[in-house]
Amino acid sequence: MSGGANPGLLESLSRLFVSLPHSLALGLSYLGCDAERRVTLRVDWREDLVGNPVTGVIHGGVITSLVDTSSATAVAAQLDRAEAIATLDLRIDYLKAAQPGRAIFCRAECYRLAHQVAFTRAVCFHDTPDDPIAHGVATFMRESSPMPMSGEEAVR
Amino acid sequence: MSEFMQAFSALRDARRYSDIINLLPYARFMGATLGEDAEGSLLFTLPYHPRHVGNTALPALHGGLIGGFLENAALIHLMWNRDSLETPKIVDFSLDYLRPGRPQTLFARCTITRQGKRVAHVLIEAWQDSPENPVAVARAHFLLATNQ
Repeated sequence: MSGGANPGLLESLSRLFVSLPHSLALGLSYLGCDAERRVTLRVDWREDLVGNPVTGVIHGGVITSLVDTSSATAVAAQLDRAEAIATLDLRIDYLKAAQPGRAIFCRAECYRLAHQVAFTRAVCFHDTPDDPIAHGVATFMRESSPMPMSGEEAVR
Repeated sequence: MSEFMQAFSALRDARRYSDIINLLPYARFMGATLGEDAEGSLLFTLPYHPRHVGNTALPALHGGLIGGFLENAALIHLMWNRDSLETPKIVDFSLDYLRPGRPQTLFARCTITRQGKRVAHVLIEAWQDSPENPVAVARAHFLLATNQ
C-alpha cells in the first residue's frame, strides 16, 4: 500500500513519525495508506505499557500516542509539500477496554485540510475498525514551525 | 473491589510514592514520579529523558507522551482522593496543547471538578518553567462504578 497526495512525502514523513524517539520507545509501526488516504499504524502489547497490572490492559496513554502519531501521518497523506505540523488538541473516547496481549491498530484520516488547520479522526481496534476500542479526533496547526520536522527526511 | 485498588490504597496510606509508580507499569516506563506540594496537593513530575522526544528538530516532547502523562496523573489523583476500592475507568480524555514541551522536566497537577455517584470530572494542567505558562491542559471523565 502506498498513496497520499504526494506518495514520496508520505513515505518519508511516515518513516520519520514512527522513528521519533518516543515512537521507537513505544514500538509504533506504520502499515500503509489506502486509496481513501487513510493510514494505519500499529502498537504491540508489551508488559511495560500496561496501565493496570491486575487486568494486563494497556494504558490509555499508549493509545493517546498511537492516535496522535497516526493522525499526524494522516495529515501527511494529504500534504503536497513538506511542512511542520503540531497537534493543537486531541480527544479520545475509550469505547471499551483493549484486550491484554494483543496488538492495537489505529486507522486515521484527515477529513479536512484547511489553510491553517488540519482536522482528523481515528479509530483503534484489534481485528476490524467496525469493532473499535477507542475513537480519536484531533486538530493540527499547519506550518507550525519554519523548521522542517527533521533535518533531512521531511524536505521534499 | 479490586486487588489493584487494595494495593494502591495501602501504598497511599503509607505515602509510598515510588511504590505507587511501580504499581503502574506504564507510569514506570515513562519515569513519572509523584509527591506532594507545600499545600499537600499531589504533584506529578516527568523528568526529561531522550526517549520522550517527538520532534527532533525543535526539539520537543512527544504530544502523545504529554497526553499519557496527564491521563496517568488524573487517574492516580482520582484514586488518591477516593475511599472506594473500585478502579475508576476512563471514559474520555480531551487535551489542548498550548506550547511545545521543551526537553526538560514536565510537571502536572489535577483538580477533581466534580465527583458524582457514577462519574468524576478531573482537570489537569501541565507546565515546565511556571504554572502560569502551561504546556497543556486536559480534562478527563472517569466512570466510578464499573462492576455492575
